[in-house]
Amino acid sequence: MSNRRIRILVAKPGLDGHDRGAKVLARAFRDAGFEVIYTGCHQSPEQVVSVAIQEDVDVVGLSCLSGAHKFLFPEVAKQLKEKGAEDIIVIGGGIIPEQDMPALYEAGLKEIFTPGTTLDSIVEWINTNVTARA
Amino acid sequence: MFTKDVLDKSSELRSKWEDEVRKGVAKHADQKEKWTTVSDLGIKRIYGPEDVKNLDFEKDIAYPGQFPFLRGNQPTGYRGKYWTFRMFAGMGTAVETNKRWHYLLTTGQTGLSTAFDFPTLMGYDSDSSKARGECGKCGVAIDTIEDFGDLIKGIPLDKISTSMTINPPATVLWAMYCASAELQGIPLNKISGTIQNDILKEFIAQKTLMCPPEPSVKLISDTIEFGTKYVPKWNTVSISGYHIREAGATAAQELAFTLRDGIEYVEDAINRKGLQVDQFASRLSFFFNSHIDFFEEIAKMRAARRMWAKIMRDRFGAKDPRSCWMRFHTQTAGCSLTAQQPYNNVVRTATEALAAVLGGTQSLHTNSLDEVLCLPSEHAVQIALRTQQILAEETGVANTIDPLAGSYFVESLTNEMEEKAWEYIHKIDDMGGMIKAIEKGYPQMEISDASYKFQQQIDSKEKVMIGVNKYVEEDEKIDIPLLAIDDSVEKEQLKRLASVKRRRDSRKVSQCLKDLASACKKGDNVMPYCIEAVKNYATVQEICDVYREVYGEYRDPGIF
Repeated sequence: MSNRRIRILVAKPGLDGHDRGAKVLARAFRDAGFEVIYTGCHQSPEQVVSVAIQEDVDVVGLSCLSGAHKFLFPEVAKQLKEKGAEDIIVIGGGIIPEQDMPALYEAGLKEIFTPGTTLDSIVEWINTNVTARA
Repeated sequence: MFTKDVLDKSSELRSKWEDEVRKGVAKHADQKEKWTTVSDLGIKRIYGPEDVKNLDFEKDIAYPGQFPFLRGNQPTGYRGKYWTFRMFAGMGTAVETNKRWHYLLTTGQTGLSTAFDFPTLMGYDSDSSKARGECGKCGVAIDTIEDFGDLIKGIPLDKISTSMTINPPATVLWAMYCASAELQGIPLNKISGTIQNDILKEFIAQKTLMCPPEPSVKLISDTIEFGTKYVPKWNTVSISGYHIREAGATAAQELAFTLRDGIEYVEDAINRKGLQVDQFASRLSFFFNSHIDFFEEIAKMRAARRMWAKIMRDRFGAKDPRSCWMRFHTQTAGCSLTAQQPYNNVVRTATEALAAVLGGTQSLHTNSLDEVLCLPSEHAVQIALRTQQILAEETGVANTIDPLAGSYFVESLTNEMEEKAWEYIHKIDDMGGMIKAIEKGYPQMEISDASYKFQQQIDSKEKVMIGVNKYVEEDEKIDIPLLAIDDSVEKEQLKRLASVKRRRDSRKVSQCLKDLASACKKGDNVMPYCIEAVKNYATVQEICDVYREVYGEYRDPGIF
């Protein structure tokens, strides 16, 4: 176990500006003792990937409401892999219909959180599934 | 509001009642320690004459059509005309959305309202790399006036008013509307509708952004000036609290920030354009959220009308009563809906719609039960629209105007809402106005605090959401039909756009864009240049790129 705290990038890929969920989560992560980077709205998958690598994060949390998750989430996972950063865990949330989930898991997303999920349960998922890298 | 005798008697009766309460509470302790509205205003066990003793009937309440217009702008309320049933619609291509519009008109809707997709909202074309995956998903994709023509096909522009939820590119989409009307032979002074065109709430809450705050507000003043001169029946700004609330604001924050945004637009139109307030103020409209706390929402809407009347008269010296009228559209709260047990959303929406009607809204959108999962399906929209029709035509709630006036509780809550909102407005005034406050991140942080607190209250079950943290169905399978926008929409739209680009006179387009750029640099009104550009098939993005180039581009700083 390293002494480093878990480092999370909260990102809003695409053009959707509904950032309430992302910001609430960013605060919850901070309160849970994680290091949090939030890049603001309107990030391209390239930008998300580049920040994730530069900041050496353990997890990327993507949030999307616009329906574009089917393109944007897999694109982030794909580009991380291309850059040799497939050890960064990618999770997602927002308005994600259940029928879209298999394809997202297939694309490399580790978990998808949908409306109604408690902040605590997301924090707990991270504590269980993520180890801060040395 | 009451004579001393009445207040003395009330006080005597109240203390007797309090004795009884003490006995009652000994038997049945209160279910909760703290009783509050959904946005945390404290609620007393009971309200009586002493809670409204400082109200002055003539000054504070009066009758509909009388200052301060608390009870409505018009003397006749809903008896002559119900509120406008205006459902928000837009998905996929312009042709598909046009079909949904015609469907809504046949089911009794009385006004139209457009949802654009994110690329259009942000001023990008469907073929932009930034638009990938978004085309037609969350609204209709509009790239050129050709799409716009498909959108409004068969809609009589001189008879039906159309609202367009469009902000940074509002000048462009409005130019398409104006140009289309002209092409149909309808003069600009005959068309009516609304462009949302409220950029400040975008910085505060919704984040559909293009240029920095100052030039963005200039573009809005351009539309106010152009509308005042040439399109007198058009509402050029719909000052919107809806998104502020959806982003997590309390009711008082929604009220305060919305009115303060309105003040900013009025000041800019007067100072920058030299307009007189009474020339344009009657064409400003508002847009509020109706959240789940019934009385809090009614109080908010009543307070809003009274506050705006005072702002217009006392702050801006408006003389025309119509300048003092707050005319507003309401949408039920999307953020109050749950993915869990989605049919419960019909009940939530009906309650919120009832609050909006009792608050005196002039126009209403009721959310569909599936909107927390996807864009609404046709059947879900029909239930939402029928909800409004049942309220209007079966329940009797529209029979008399402002039926809750004089309620100790409602009047007291209305006053409290107003006081809280003034506190915020004065604070923002002290900061030097809303643009300065936004630059400091002040409203953003206030909302961020409120939304985080609310989420914690839900998680700790201090606040109840049925189906989410109480009466939960374990292992619930959410099984309702969902509307999916096919990815083929993007391909089809790209083909359409490429075809327009091939057919148009590209020299003309670039000349129009040059003319627009030079107008922007000189500080001229952009509207005539936009109309000329869209008539020549300039795209939404081509025009917005001119703005971005001249005025600069704004990036969300990601304050949380």
